Amino acid sequence: MNPGLRIAGKDLRKEFDRRPVFRDVSFSASAGETLLVTGRNGSGKSTLVKIICGVLSPGGGTLTVTQDQDGPVREARNLFGLVSPYLQLFDEFSAVENLSIAMGIRGLPFDPAAADGLLERVAIYPRRHDPVRTYSSGMKQRAKYAFALIHTPPVLVLDEPMSNLDGDGTAVVRAVMAEQRRRGILVVATNDMSDIETYDGRIDLNERR
Amino acid sequence: MSAARPSFRLFLRSTGAVFLKDLRSELRTRYAVSALIMFVVTTISIILFSLGSEGASPDALSGMLWVVVFFAAMSGLSRTFVMEEERGTTLTLQLLAPPGAVFFGKLLFNLVLVTGVNAVTVVLYSAFINGFVIRTMSIFVVTVLLGSIGFAAAATVIAAIIARANTRGTLYPVLSFPIVLPLLLSVIDATRMASEGAFFGEAAGEFQLLISYIVVVIVSSAMLFEYIWKD
Repeated sequence: MNPGLRIAGKDLRKEFDRRPVFRDVSFSASAGETLLVTGRNGSGKSTLVKIICGVLSPGGGTLTVTQDQDGPVREARNLFGLVSPYLQLFDEFSAVENLSIAMGIRGLPFDPAAADGLLERVAIYPRRHDPVRTYSSGMKQRAKYAFALIHTPPVLVLDEPMSNLDGDGTAVVRAVMAEQRRRGILVVATNDMSDIETYDGRIDLNERR
Repeated sequence: MSAARPSFRLFLRSTGAVFLKDLRSELRTRYAVSALIMFVVTTISIILFSLGSEGASPDALSGMLWVVVFFAAMSGLSRTFVMEEERGTTLTLQLLAPPGAVFFGKLLFNLVLVTGVNAVTVVLYSAFINGFVIRTMSIFVVTVLLGSIGFAAAATVIAAIIARANTRGTLYPVLSFPIVLPLLLSVIDATRMASEGAFFGEAAGEFQLLISYIVVVIVSSAMLFEYIWKD
Protein backbone atom coordinates (compact mmCIF):
# COMPACT_ATOMS: atom_id res chain seq x y z
CA MET A 1 0.00 0.00 0.00
CA ASN A 2 1.22 3.52 -0.82
CA PRO A 3 -0.74 5.81 1.53
CA GLY A 4 0.58 9.03 -0.05
CA LEU A 5 -0.07 7.96 -3.64
CA ARG A 6 -2.42 10.19 -5.61
CA ILE A 7 -3.14 10.94 -9.28
CA ALA A 8 -5.12 14.00 -10.29
CA GLY A 9 -6.12 15.44 -13.65
CA LYS A 10 -7.34 19.01 -13.94
CA ASP A 11 -9.14 20.42 -16.98
CA LEU A 12 -7.52 17.91 -19.31
CA ARG A 13 -8.32 18.23 -22.98
CA LYS A 14 -7.08 16.59 -26.16
CA GLU A 15 -7.56 17.20 -29.84
CA PHE A 16 -6.22 15.47 -32.94
CA ASP A 17 -5.78 17.65 -36.05
CA ARG A 18 -7.87 20.36 -34.36
CA ARG A 19 -10.72 17.89 -33.84
CA PRO A 20 -11.56 17.88 -30.12
CA VAL A 21 -11.66 14.45 -28.50
CA PHE A 22 -12.59 15.59 -24.98
CA ARG A 23 -12.25 18.68 -22.80
CA ASP A 24 -12.55 19.77 -19.15
CA VAL A 25 -11.76 16.34 -17.75
CA SER A 26 -10.92 16.51 -14.05
CA PHE A 27 -10.52 13.64 -11.61
CA SER A 28 -8.48 12.44 -8.69
CA ALA A 29 -7.80 9.09 -7.07
CA SER A 30 -5.75 8.13 -4.02
CA ALA A 31 -4.34 4.82 -2.85
CA GLY A 32 -7.07 2.25 -2.33
CA GLU A 33 -9.43 3.97 -4.76
CA THR A 34 -10.77 2.92 -8.14
CA LEU A 35 -11.69 5.03 -11.12
CA LEU A 36 -13.97 4.06 -14.00
CA VAL A 37 -13.65 5.71 -17.43
CA THR A 38 -16.70 5.28 -19.65
CA GLY A 39 -17.87 6.67 -22.98
CA ARG A 40 -19.09 5.49 -26.33
CA ASN A 41 -16.69 4.41 -29.10
CA GLY A 42 -14.51 7.35 -30.18
CA SER A 43 -15.16 9.32 -26.99
CA GLY A 44 -11.45 9.21 -26.07
CA LYS A 45 -11.24 6.49 -23.39
CA SER A 46 -8.01 5.07 -24.78
CA THR A 47 -6.63 8.57 -25.37
CA LEU A 48 -7.27 9.47 -21.72
CA VAL A 49 -5.69 6.18 -20.62
CA LYS A 50 -2.54 7.00 -22.60
CA ILE A 51 -2.42 10.49 -21.08
CA ILE A 52 -2.76 9.06 -17.56
CA CYS A 53 0.11 6.62 -18.25
CA GLY A 54 2.27 9.48 -19.55
CA VAL A 55 2.74 8.18 -23.10
CA LEU A 56 0.64 10.94 -24.68
CA SER A 57 0.73 14.65 -23.87
CA PRO A 58 -2.57 16.36 -23.12
CA GLY A 59 -3.57 19.29 -25.34
CA GLY A 60 -4.16 21.30 -22.16
CA GLY A 61 -4.67 20.91 -18.43
CA THR A 62 -2.41 19.23 -15.92
CA LEU A 63 -1.85 15.70 -14.72
CA THR A 64 -0.17 15.31 -11.33
CA VAL A 65 1.16 12.13 -9.79
CA THR A 66 2.18 12.33 -6.14
CA GLN A 67 4.11 9.50 -4.56
CA ASP A 68 4.26 8.37 -0.98
CA GLN A 69 7.11 10.42 0.47
CA ASP A 70 7.93 7.78 3.12
CA GLY A 71 8.41 4.93 0.63
CA PRO A 72 10.92 4.45 -2.20
CA VAL A 73 10.51 7.06 -4.97
CA ARG A 74 9.98 5.51 -8.41
CA GLU A 75 10.56 6.86 -11.90
CA ALA A 76 7.26 8.28 -13.19
CA ARG A 77 6.95 5.65 -15.92
CA ASN A 78 7.48 2.83 -13.40
CA LEU A 79 4.42 3.88 -11.42
CA PHE A 80 2.05 2.56 -14.09
CA GLY A 81 1.08 -0.82 -15.44
CA LEU A 82 -1.12 -0.89 -18.52
CA VAL A 83 -3.19 -3.62 -20.15
CA SER A 84 -5.00 -2.72 -23.36
CA PRO A 85 -5.92 -4.25 -26.71
CA TYR A 86 -3.52 -1.89 -28.56
CA LEU A 87 -0.51 -2.61 -26.32
CA GLN A 88 1.53 -5.35 -28.01
CA LEU A 89 4.26 -7.57 -26.58
CA PHE A 90 7.51 -8.25 -28.47
CA ASP A 91 6.21 -11.32 -30.27
CA GLU A 92 9.52 -12.84 -31.39
CA PHE A 93 10.32 -13.33 -27.69
CA SER A 94 8.74 -15.69 -25.17
CA ALA A 95 6.58 -14.52 -22.26
CA VAL A 96 9.51 -14.91 -19.82
CA GLU A 97 11.80 -12.98 -22.15
CA ASN A 98 9.21 -10.23 -22.50
CA LEU A 99 9.07 -9.85 -18.72
CA SER A 100 12.86 -9.82 -18.49
CA ILE A 101 13.10 -7.24 -21.32
CA ALA A 102 10.44 -5.06 -19.68
CA MET A 103 12.26 -5.02 -16.34
CA GLY A 104 15.60 -4.35 -18.07
CA ILE A 105 14.22 -1.39 -20.02
CA ARG A 106 12.51 -0.07 -16.90
CA GLY A 107 15.94 -0.24 -15.24
CA LEU A 108 14.68 -2.61 -12.53
CA PRO A 109 16.16 -5.97 -11.44
CA PHE A 110 14.47 -9.04 -12.92
CA ASP A 111 13.37 -11.78 -10.52
CA PRO A 112 12.80 -15.06 -12.45
CA ALA A 113 10.87 -16.60 -9.53
CA ALA A 114 8.46 -13.64 -9.43
CA ALA A 115 8.03 -13.90 -13.22
CA ASP A 116 7.27 -17.63 -12.99
CA GLY A 117 4.76 -16.95 -10.21
CA LEU A 118 2.97 -14.33 -12.31
CA LEU A 119 2.91 -16.53 -15.41
CA GLU A 120 1.51 -19.37 -13.32
CA ARG A 121 -1.16 -17.04 -11.96
CA VAL A 122 -2.29 -16.01 -15.45
CA ALA A 123 -2.13 -19.67 -16.54
CA ILE A 124 0.44 -19.50 -19.32
CA TYR A 125 3.30 -21.04 -17.32
CA PRO A 126 3.44 -24.25 -19.44
CA ARG A 127 3.95 -22.10 -22.59
CA ARG A 128 6.26 -19.54 -20.95
CA HIS A 129 9.23 -20.33 -23.23
CA ASP A 130 7.25 -20.26 -26.51
CA PRO A 131 7.38 -17.12 -28.68
CA VAL A 132 4.41 -14.83 -28.00
CA ARG A 133 3.51 -14.89 -31.73
CA THR A 134 2.43 -18.53 -31.28
CA TYR A 135 -0.10 -17.63 -28.54
CA SER A 136 -3.85 -17.33 -29.06
CA SER A 137 -5.41 -13.89 -28.56
CA GLY A 138 -6.64 -14.94 -25.10
CA MET A 139 -3.15 -16.12 -24.09
CA LYS A 140 -1.67 -12.86 -25.34
CA GLN A 141 -4.14 -10.96 -23.17
CA ARG A 142 -3.11 -13.05 -20.16
CA ALA A 143 0.58 -12.42 -20.94
CA LYS A 144 -0.17 -8.69 -21.02
CA TYR A 145 -1.35 -8.92 -17.40
CA ALA A 146 1.96 -10.49 -16.37
CA PHE A 147 3.77 -7.77 -18.38
CA ALA A 148 1.79 -5.02 -16.59
CA LEU A 149 2.22 -6.49 -13.11
CA ILE A 150 5.86 -7.65 -13.12
CA HIS A 151 7.07 -4.36 -11.55
CA THR A 152 4.16 -4.28 -9.05
CA PRO A 153 2.89 -0.88 -10.24
CA PRO A 154 1.16 1.38 -7.71
CA VAL A 155 -1.25 2.46 -10.48
CA LEU A 156 -2.80 -0.25 -12.68
CA VAL A 157 -4.63 0.99 -15.78
CA LEU A 158 -6.86 -1.46 -17.65
CA ASP A 159 -8.43 -0.59 -21.00
CA GLU A 160 -11.19 -3.07 -21.88
CA PRO A 161 -9.78 -5.53 -19.29
CA MET A 162 -11.88 -8.57 -20.24
CA SER A 163 -11.33 -8.54 -24.01
CA ASN A 164 -10.45 -11.96 -25.52
CA LEU A 165 -10.66 -13.71 -22.14
CA ASP A 166 -12.59 -16.89 -21.32
CA GLY A 167 -14.30 -17.63 -17.98
CA ASP A 168 -11.08 -18.61 -16.22
CA GLY A 169 -9.27 -15.56 -17.59
CA THR A 170 -12.07 -13.29 -16.39
CA ALA A 171 -11.77 -14.79 -12.90
CA VAL A 172 -8.00 -14.15 -12.89
CA VAL A 173 -8.55 -10.52 -13.91
CA ARG A 174 -11.18 -10.00 -11.19
CA ALA A 175 -8.66 -11.29 -8.63
CA VAL A 176 -5.96 -8.97 -10.01
CA MET A 177 -8.35 -6.01 -9.81
CA ALA A 178 -9.31 -6.85 -6.22
CA GLU A 179 -5.65 -7.06 -5.23
CA GLN A 180 -4.84 -3.74 -6.93
CA ARG A 181 -7.67 -2.04 -5.00
CA ARG A 182 -5.83 -3.01 -1.81
CA ARG A 183 -2.36 -2.14 -3.12
CA GLY A 184 -2.78 1.16 -4.94
CA ILE A 185 -4.95 2.82 -7.57
CA LEU A 186 -7.01 1.00 -10.21
CA VAL A 187 -8.20 2.79 -13.34
CA VAL A 188 -10.52 0.88 -15.69
CA ALA A 189 -11.74 2.10 -19.08
CA THR A 190 -14.66 0.07 -20.36
CA ASN A 191 -18.23 0.11 -21.60
CA ASP A 192 -19.12 -2.79 -19.35
CA MET A 193 -21.34 -1.23 -16.67
CA SER A 194 -21.95 -4.45 -14.72
CA ASP A 195 -19.85 -3.47 -11.66
CA ILE A 196 -20.29 0.29 -11.89
CA GLU A 197 -21.32 0.65 -8.24
CA THR A 198 -18.03 -0.84 -7.02
CA TYR A 199 -15.91 2.07 -8.34
CA ASP A 200 -15.09 5.11 -6.20
CA GLY A 201 -15.14 7.60 -9.07
CA ARG A 202 -16.32 7.77 -12.67
CA ILE A 203 -15.31 9.85 -15.68
CA ASP A 204 -18.05 9.83 -18.31
CA LEU A 205 -16.42 11.08 -21.52
CA ASN A 206 -19.81 11.35 -23.29
CA GLU A 207 -20.30 14.53 -21.27
CA ARG A 208 -16.86 15.97 -22.09
CA ARG A 209 -16.92 16.70 -25.80
CA MET B 1 3.73 15.22 -14.05
CA SER B 2 5.58 15.58 -10.77
CA ALA B 3 7.92 12.68 -10.14
CA ALA B 4 11.58 12.01 -9.51
CA ARG B 5 14.10 13.03 -12.19
CA PRO B 6 15.52 9.94 -13.87
CA SER B 7 18.96 9.09 -12.55
CA PHE B 8 21.79 8.77 -15.04
CA ARG B 9 22.60 5.20 -14.01
CA LEU B 10 18.99 4.15 -14.59
CA PHE B 11 19.06 5.93 -17.95
CA LEU B 12 22.17 3.99 -18.99
CA ARG B 13 20.58 0.73 -17.84
CA SER B 14 17.47 1.46 -19.93
CA THR B 15 19.60 2.44 -22.94
CA GLY B 16 21.59 -0.80 -22.69
CA ALA B 17 18.40 -2.85 -22.37
CA VAL B 18 16.84 -1.23 -25.47
CA PHE B 19 20.05 -1.97 -27.41
CA LEU B 20 20.16 -5.59 -26.21
CA LYS B 21 16.46 -6.08 -27.03
CA ASP B 22 17.05 -4.90 -30.61
CA LEU B 23 20.25 -6.95 -30.94
CA ARG B 24 18.57 -10.15 -29.71
CA SER B 25 15.59 -9.47 -31.95
CA GLU B 26 17.86 -8.98 -34.96
CA LEU B 27 19.88 -12.13 -34.20
CA ARG B 28 16.59 -14.02 -34.03
CA THR B 29 14.82 -12.56 -37.08
CA ARG B 30 17.75 -11.21 -39.20
CA TYR B 31 15.41 -8.74 -40.95
CA ALA B 32 17.85 -5.84 -41.25
CA VAL B 33 21.07 -7.85 -41.74
CA SER B 34 19.54 -9.92 -44.56
CA ALA B 35 18.24 -6.80 -46.35
CA LEU B 36 21.56 -4.98 -45.97
CA ILE B 37 23.84 -7.84 -47.05
CA MET B 38 21.65 -8.71 -50.05
CA PHE B 39 21.66 -5.07 -51.09
CA VAL B 40 25.45 -4.80 -50.80
CA VAL B 41 26.08 -8.00 -52.77
CA THR B 42 23.59 -7.02 -55.50
CA THR B 43 24.94 -3.49 -55.89
CA ILE B 44 28.60 -4.53 -55.98
CA SER B 45 27.72 -7.18 -58.58
CA ILE B 46 26.02 -4.55 -60.77
CA ILE B 47 29.04 -2.22 -60.48
CA LEU B 48 31.34 -5.14 -61.32
CA PHE B 49 29.34 -6.07 -64.44
CA SER B 50 29.08 -2.42 -65.51
CA LEU B 51 32.81 -1.76 -65.28
CA GLY B 52 33.85 -5.09 -66.77
CA SER B 53 37.60 -5.17 -67.26
CA GLU B 54 37.82 -1.39 -67.57
CA GLY B 55 39.06 0.61 -64.62
CA ALA B 56 37.71 3.88 -63.26
CA SER B 57 39.37 6.89 -61.62
CA PRO B 58 39.97 6.87 -57.83
CA ASP B 59 37.41 9.69 -57.60
CA ALA B 60 34.71 7.61 -59.28
CA LEU B 61 35.54 4.44 -57.33
CA SER B 62 35.51 6.31 -54.00
CA GLY B 63 32.14 7.81 -54.89
CA MET B 64 30.70 4.45 -55.92
CA LEU B 65 31.77 2.83 -52.63
CA TRP B 66 29.78 5.40 -50.65
CA VAL B 67 26.80 5.13 -53.02
CA VAL B 68 26.66 1.44 -52.07
CA VAL B 69 26.98 2.30 -48.36
CA PHE B 70 24.33 5.06 -48.56
CA PHE B 71 21.65 2.97 -50.25
CA ALA B 72 22.45 -0.11 -48.15
CA ALA B 73 22.08 1.99 -45.00
CA MET B 74 18.84 3.47 -46.29
CA SER B 75 17.42 0.02 -47.01
CA GLY B 76 18.18 -1.45 -43.58
CA LEU B 77 18.60 1.14 -40.86
CA SER B 78 14.99 2.34 -40.84
CA ARG B 79 13.88 -1.13 -39.69
CA THR B 80 14.67 -0.38 -36.06
CA PHE B 81 11.77 2.09 -35.75
CA VAL B 82 9.55 0.91 -38.63
CA MET B 83 9.40 -2.60 -37.11
CA GLU B 84 8.19 -1.20 -33.78
CA GLU B 85 5.49 0.80 -35.58
CA GLU B 86 4.40 -2.12 -37.79
CA ARG B 87 4.18 -4.57 -34.89
CA GLY B 88 2.44 -2.07 -32.62
CA THR B 89 5.22 -2.12 -30.01
CA THR B 90 5.92 1.63 -30.18
CA LEU B 91 3.47 2.21 -27.32
CA THR B 92 5.08 -0.62 -25.35
CA LEU B 93 8.48 1.05 -25.61
CA GLN B 94 6.97 4.46 -24.79
CA LEU B 95 5.55 2.95 -21.64
CA LEU B 96 8.79 1.26 -20.58
CA ALA B 97 11.62 3.66 -21.43
CA PRO B 98 12.38 7.38 -21.33
CA PRO B 99 12.62 8.81 -24.90
CA GLY B 100 16.38 9.43 -24.59
CA ALA B 101 17.04 5.80 -23.69
CA VAL B 102 15.09 4.65 -26.76
CA PHE B 103 17.03 7.04 -29.01
CA PHE B 104 20.48 6.10 -27.72
CA GLY B 105 19.64 2.39 -27.52
CA LYS B 106 18.51 2.38 -31.16
CA LEU B 107 21.44 4.58 -32.19
CA LEU B 108 23.83 2.07 -30.62
CA PHE B 109 22.12 -0.80 -32.41
CA ASN B 110 22.23 1.02 -35.77
CA LEU B 111 25.89 1.84 -35.16
CA VAL B 112 26.78 -1.82 -34.61
CA LEU B 113 24.72 -2.81 -37.65
CA VAL B 114 26.13 -0.19 -40.02
CA THR B 115 29.73 -0.73 -38.85
CA GLY B 116 29.41 -4.46 -39.50
CA VAL B 117 27.78 -3.96 -42.88
CA ASN B 118 30.34 -1.30 -43.87
CA ALA B 119 33.15 -3.70 -42.97
CA VAL B 120 31.61 -6.37 -45.24
CA THR B 121 31.02 -3.77 -47.99
CA VAL B 122 34.63 -2.52 -47.86
CA VAL B 123 36.06 -6.05 -47.94
CA LEU B 124 33.87 -7.11 -50.90
CA TYR B 125 34.41 -3.82 -52.74
CA SER B 126 38.21 -3.98 -52.31
CA ALA B 127 38.29 -7.63 -53.34
CA PHE B 128 36.13 -7.40 -56.46
CA ILE B 129 36.33 -3.87 -57.85
CA ASN B 130 39.29 -3.54 -60.17
CA GLY B 131 41.50 -0.50 -59.46
CA PHE B 132 40.19 0.30 -55.97
CA VAL B 133 43.43 0.47 -53.98
CA ILE B 134 43.89 2.03 -50.56
CA ARG B 135 47.35 3.52 -50.15
CA THR B 136 46.85 5.24 -46.76
CA MET B 137 45.05 2.70 -44.61
CA SER B 138 44.88 4.96 -41.51
CA ILE B 139 42.85 7.60 -43.39
CA PHE B 140 40.53 4.93 -44.79
CA VAL B 141 39.90 3.20 -41.43
CA VAL B 142 39.12 6.51 -39.67
CA THR B 143 36.89 7.56 -42.58
CA VAL B 144 34.90 4.32 -42.49
CA LEU B 145 34.52 4.54 -38.69
CA LEU B 146 33.44 8.19 -38.66
CA GLY B 147 31.24 7.62 -41.72
CA SER B 148 29.53 4.69 -39.97
CA ILE B 149 28.83 6.78 -36.86
CA GLY B 150 27.53 9.65 -39.00
CA PHE B 151 25.26 7.37 -41.04
CA ALA B 152 23.92 5.66 -37.91
CA ALA B 153 23.21 9.02 -36.21
CA ALA B 154 21.39 10.51 -39.20
CA ALA B 155 19.56 7.29 -40.07
CA THR B 156 18.28 6.79 -36.52
CA VAL B 157 16.52 10.12 -36.18
CA ILE B 158 15.19 10.06 -39.76
CA ALA B 159 13.84 6.53 -39.15
CA ALA B 160 12.03 7.79 -36.04
CA ILE B 161 10.39 10.53 -38.12
CA ILE B 162 9.39 8.41 -41.11
CA ALA B 163 8.13 5.50 -38.98
CA ARG B 164 5.05 7.63 -38.26
CA ALA B 165 4.41 8.38 -41.97
CA ASN B 166 2.26 6.27 -44.30
CA THR B 167 4.74 6.51 -47.19
CA ARG B 168 7.71 5.39 -45.12
CA GLY B 169 9.38 3.28 -47.86
CA THR B 170 9.79 6.09 -50.36
CA LEU B 171 10.19 8.88 -47.86
CA TYR B 172 13.31 7.51 -46.19
CA PRO B 173 15.96 7.97 -48.93
CA VAL B 174 14.35 11.23 -50.07
CA LEU B 175 14.42 12.75 -46.59
CA SER B 176 17.85 11.30 -45.83
CA PHE B 177 19.69 12.61 -48.88
CA PRO B 178 19.88 16.33 -47.95
CA ILE B 179 20.72 15.46 -44.35
CA VAL B 180 23.56 13.05 -45.15
CA LEU B 181 24.88 15.07 -48.12
CA PRO B 182 27.60 16.90 -46.07
CA LEU B 183 28.63 13.53 -44.64
CA LEU B 184 28.75 11.91 -48.08
CA LEU B 185 30.88 14.70 -49.56
CA SER B 186 33.39 14.44 -46.71
CA VAL B 187 33.72 10.65 -46.70
CA ILE B 188 34.05 10.54 -50.51
CA ASP B 189 36.80 13.15 -50.37
CA ALA B 190 38.63 11.39 -47.51
CA THR B 191 38.37 8.02 -49.31
CA ARG B 192 39.84 9.60 -52.46
CA MET B 193 42.77 10.91 -50.35
CA ALA B 194 43.28 7.41 -48.89
CA SER B 195 43.38 5.87 -52.36
CA GLU B 196 45.76 8.54 -53.66
CA GLY B 197 48.21 7.94 -50.78
CA ALA B 198 47.86 11.31 -49.00
CA PHE B 199 49.45 11.82 -45.58
CA PHE B 200 47.18 11.38 -42.56
CA GLY B 201 47.44 15.09 -41.63
CA GLU B 202 46.09 16.12 -45.05
CA ALA B 203 42.74 14.53 -44.20
CA ALA B 204 42.47 16.34 -40.84
CA GLY B 205 40.05 18.91 -42.28
CA GLU B 206 37.68 16.18 -43.46
CA PHE B 207 37.86 14.43 -40.09
CA GLN B 208 37.07 17.69 -38.26
CA LEU B 209 34.05 18.15 -40.52
CA LEU B 210 32.89 14.56 -39.92
CA ILE B 211 33.28 14.87 -36.14
CA SER B 212 31.38 18.20 -36.16
CA TYR B 213 28.63 16.62 -38.26
CA ILE B 214 28.31 13.68 -35.84
CA VAL B 215 28.18 15.94 -32.77
CA VAL B 216 25.59 18.29 -34.32
CA VAL B 217 23.35 15.46 -35.56
CA ILE B 218 23.46 13.47 -32.28
CA VAL B 219 22.93 16.49 -30.01
CA SER B 220 20.09 17.98 -32.08
CA SER B 221 18.46 14.55 -32.52
CA ALA B 222 18.60 13.85 -28.79
CA MET B 223 16.96 17.23 -28.12
CA LEU B 224 14.22 16.74 -30.74
CA PHE B 225 13.57 13.06 -30.18
CA GLU B 226 11.07 13.41 -27.33
CA TYR B 227 8.76 15.47 -29.57
CA ILE B 228 9.06 12.98 -32.45
CA TRP B 229 8.58 10.00 -30.17
CA LYS B 230 5.83 11.03 -27.81
CA ASP B 231 3.07 12.44 -30.00
